[in-house]
Amino acid sequence: MSSHHESILREPLVTGENMTYARVTNEVLVPVEKKPNKAWWIGFTIASLGALLWVGAVGYTFWTGIGAWGLNKTVGWAWDITGFVWWVGIGHAGTLISAVLLLFRQNWRNSINRSAEAMTIFAVICAATYVVSHMGRPWLAYWPLPLPNQFGSLWVNFNSPLVWDVFAISTYFSVSLVFWYTGLLPDIASIRDRATGLRRKIYSTLSFGWNGSVKTWQRFEAVSLILAGVSTPLVLSVHTIVSMDFATSLEPGWHTTIFPPYFVAGAIFSGFAMVQTLLLVVRKVMGFENYITMFHIESMNKIITLTGSIVGVAYLTELFIAWYSGAEYEQYAFLNRVSGPYWWAYWSMMTCNVISPQLFWFKRIRTSIPASWVLSIVVNIGMWFERFVIIVTSLHRDFLPSSWVMFYPSVVDVCVFIGSIGLFFTLFLLFLRVLPAIAMAEVKLLLKSSSDQAKQKLIREGKVKPEQAEFYLESLEKYDSVAEVEAVN
Amino acid sequence: MSNTKYILGHFEDPDDMMHGIDKLQENNIGIYDVFTPMPIHGIESKLGYKRSRLPIAAFCFGLTGTITAFSLLYFCLVYDWPMNIGGKPAFAMPDFVPIMFELTVLFGSYGMCFTFFFKNHLFPGRAPRVMDLRATDDRFVIAIDAHKNPYPEKIDNLLKEAGAVEIKHNERKYVSYE
Repeated sequence: MSSHHESILREPLVTGENMTYARVTNEVLVPVEKKPNKAWWIGFTIASLGALLWVGAVGYTFWTGIGAWGLNKTVGWAWDITGFVWWVGIGHAGTLISAVLLLFRQNWRNSINRSAEAMTIFAVICAATYVVSHMGRPWLAYWPLPLPNQFGSLWVNFNSPLVWDVFAISTYFSVSLVFWYTGLLPDIASIRDRATGLRRKIYSTLSFGWNGSVKTWQRFEAVSLILAGVSTPLVLSVHTIVSMDFATSLEPGWHTTIFPPYFVAGAIFSGFAMVQTLLLVVRKVMGFENYITMFHIESMNKIITLTGSIVGVAYLTELFIAWYSGAEYEQYAFLNRVSGPYWWAYWSMMTCNVISPQLFWFKRIRTSIPASWVLSIVVNIGMWFERFVIIVTSLHRDFLPSSWVMFYPSVVDVCVFIGSIGLFFTLFLLFLRVLPAIAMAEVKLLLKSSSDQAKQKLIREGKVKPEQAEFYLESLEKYDSVAEVEAVN
Repeated sequence: MSNTKYILGHFEDPDDMMHGIDKLQENNIGIYDVFTPMPIHGIESKLGYKRSRLPIAAFCFGLTGTITAFSLLYFCLVYDWPMNIGGKPAFAMPDFVPIMFELTVLFGSYGMCFTFFFKNHLFPGRAPRVMDLRATDDRFVIAIDAHKNPYPEKIDNLLKEAGAVEIKHNERKYVSYE
C-alpha cells in the first residue's frame, strides 16, 4: 500500500498542518515558478563575481603557466591538490545521502537528497577544474587517457593511482549525473504540466516525456535501487583512490595504510558539513521549514559527530604509528606537523575537526540552527586545513635538509580557490532557480505515514497508546516548525 | 457518449485509488493504466505487471564493463607493450582491479538507465503522452478504455463509491498535445 504503518515513536519527517499533495508541489515550486527574491539576487551577484574571479585567475594561470602559483622545486603540489581533494570530499555527502541512506531505508533522505546530489555534481565540477588547471598545459589534458599515440603507442601506466583517479572521478561524475537526472524526471514533469508557453516547451524537452504510468514508476524504482547499490561502493572507491594518490608514494606522512578509510570518513564529514551549510540557508530563504525539519538537522549533526570522531581517531592513530614505527623520517614528518613551522595549520585542523564537532553531544547545540551553521563552516575550514597539512608539511621538508623550503600561496593561488567557491555557488543558485530543490515525488511518499499531520490524526483518533503519544509530543518540542502542538491537543 | 475514448477517475488519496482498482477488478472492468505523482507500492502486483528485468540488464552491462576493462588493461600492459617496472611482472592483476571496478559501475549504470529510457520511450524532445495534467501534481488517476468497457454509468458509480473526487470522460487520449 502507499502508506505503510510507522511507529508513533518516530519523529515526523514532514511538519505543518493541512499538508496536501498539492501544497507540497506548490511550496517546493515557489522558487522555480516565481521571480527570485532579493536574497537570491544578492547571493547570485556575489557568487558570479567569485566565478568571474575564477575565470580570471585560471585564465592567468593558463597564460603564464604554473609559475603563477606559489609552488617551488620542493613543494611541487600544494594549493591546487588541496582544493581538489577538498571539493571531491565535499561531493561525497550527496552520494551518501542519495545512495547509502536509500539502501538503509532512511526516509529522512527524501527531502534533502536532491540538493545534496546537485551539490555533489557542482563540487566534482570544481574539483575537475583543479585537475585541468594544475596541468599547466590543459590542451594536453587527454594524455592520461589510453589513446593510441605517436610514441609507438606507449600506453598510460595503468599501475598508477593517478590513472585510476582519472577513471574513478570521471565514472563518479557520470554516474552521479545520471542518478540525479533520472531522479529529477518526475519532478520536471510536474513543472511541465503546470507551465505554459515557452517554459512548457523547455521543461517538456527536459522531462523526456515522463508521464507517471505504472510501468514507468516500477522501472524507475528498480533503476534507483540499482544505482544506489552501485553508487555506494563507487563513492568508497573514489576516495580510496584519491587517498592512494598519496598513500602509494614513499613520502613520509603519506605512505600509510590508514589513508583510505581515513579519507573516506573525512569526505563524508566535510560533505555533510557542506550540506548543512547550504540547506540551513536554503531552508530559511525558500521557506522549506516543513520539509527540512529539526530532525534532519539533528541527524546530520549526529553524522558529523560520528565521522568527526572517526577522523579524530585516525589523526591519533597516525601519530601513534609514526612513533611506534621507529622510522626516523616518519617520526620527523609528524613532529614537524605538530611543532614545525606549520604548527598553526595542524592545530587549526585539530581544533576544527576533532574538538568542535564534539560540541554536538549537547542537545542544545545540536538542535540550534545558528550553532549548527557556524560549526558546519568550522568543519569545512578544518577539512581544508587537513588536506593542506597532509600535502604541504610532508613535502616542504624532504629527505635533504638543504632543499627544505616554505610554501606560500601566491595571489593567483588564493584567487583560484575563492573563485572556485564562487563557481560552486553560482551553479548551486542557478539550480535552485530552475529545478526543484526538494524531490517532490519522494516527499509526497512520506505524507501519509511520516508526517506530523498523520501522526497527530492517529493520536486524536485514539489509535495509539497514550504514553507513546505523550513521548511523541515531547519529541516535537525541539522542532522550530511546529508551534501549536499544545494548542491542538 | 460513444465519442468518449477514456474514462478517468481522479482520486485524492492513494489508498482510495487502490480501493477503486479493487472495485473495478471485481466487476471485470479492465484498467488501461494508472498515473500517479509518486510511486505506489503494491500496485504492480495488483494490476498484474511482471517484475522488472532491469536488474538483469544492469548485471549484463556491468559484466561487459568488467570484461572491457580487463581486455584493455591486458592488451596495453601485457600484450602490446609490457613494461619492466623494477622487474615486477607485467601482468599485475591487483592493479587491474580499480579500473575494472570503475568501468563495471559505469557500464552497468549507463546501460541500465539507457535501457530504461529506451523501453519507456523517454528521450529529450519526446512529446509527453499525458492523459491528465494533474497526475504529476496531486491526483491519482485511473484510466479506463471506454471502447473496451462500454458501460460508462457503471464505471462512474464504481469510481464514485471508491471515493473518486472527479470523473472525466475524455474524447482525446492525450490532453498534452496542442
